[in-house]
Amino acid sequence: MSEDVFKALADPTRRRILDELVERDGQTLFEICARLLNKHGLGLTRQAISQHLAVLESAGLVHSRREGRYKFHDLNTEPLERIVTRWLRPEASERTP
Amino acid sequence: MRIHLTSVFVDDQEKAARFYTEVLGFVKKHDVPIGDDRWLTVVSPEDPHGTELLLEPSGHPAVQPYKTALVEDGIPVTSFAVQDVAVEFDRLRGLGVNFTQEPLEMGPVTTAVFDDTCGNLIQIQHGG
Repeated sequence: MSEDVFKALADPTRRRILDELVERDGQTLFEICARLLNKHGLGLTRQAISQHLAVLESAGLVHSRREGRYKFHDLNTEPLERIVTRWLRPEASERTP
Repeated sequence: MRIHLTSVFVDDQEKAARFYTEVLGFVKKHDVPIGDDRWLTVVSPEDPHGTELLLEPSGHPAVQPYKTALVEDGIPVTSFAVQDVAVEFDRLRGLGVNFTQEPLEMGPVTTAVFDDTCGNLIQIQHGG
């Protein structure tokens, strides 16, 4: 599972997608494409972005949900919590109240 | 050659006539019966002799799959220019309109996307 997370994070476009979902969670594919194109100059096809989302979903970092006729993509940071604490020294986590 | 007409496929022409006039603020231009359907167009009161929007019936078998697929991906079928997207967003939300994309600023351009209640997503934008 954590290998998927590292592979998902390795790609800069996928990191950008996560950045954008942090800014606003629950986006349609259209909004994700518009943000990547207009804010970051990333002119990928809709299919390419869909594929990136599929990789992020396999890693558990994005969750797609249907709401009526729409499909929204939500951020899930839970897989990141495990990998972040992996190399932090134990005292570090004890310091937090 | 001029672009005098553009169109959206609507699930219900009567519902669309009400939504596009009472909620969006367009005015009816033509409403002519053709068999069971109507040749139904609206224009902007800001440009009454400008481009008309044809509200077409969705009867053709290719139309529903097309509309369903675009809506699922959040893709609007057309875009209307407004003075200020945030103001329009508040106004339309107040009238019960459902947005799939809240106002998004991308440099000089701001867009938002809403459901027209007739099977389509529509974009509004200012700038650009």
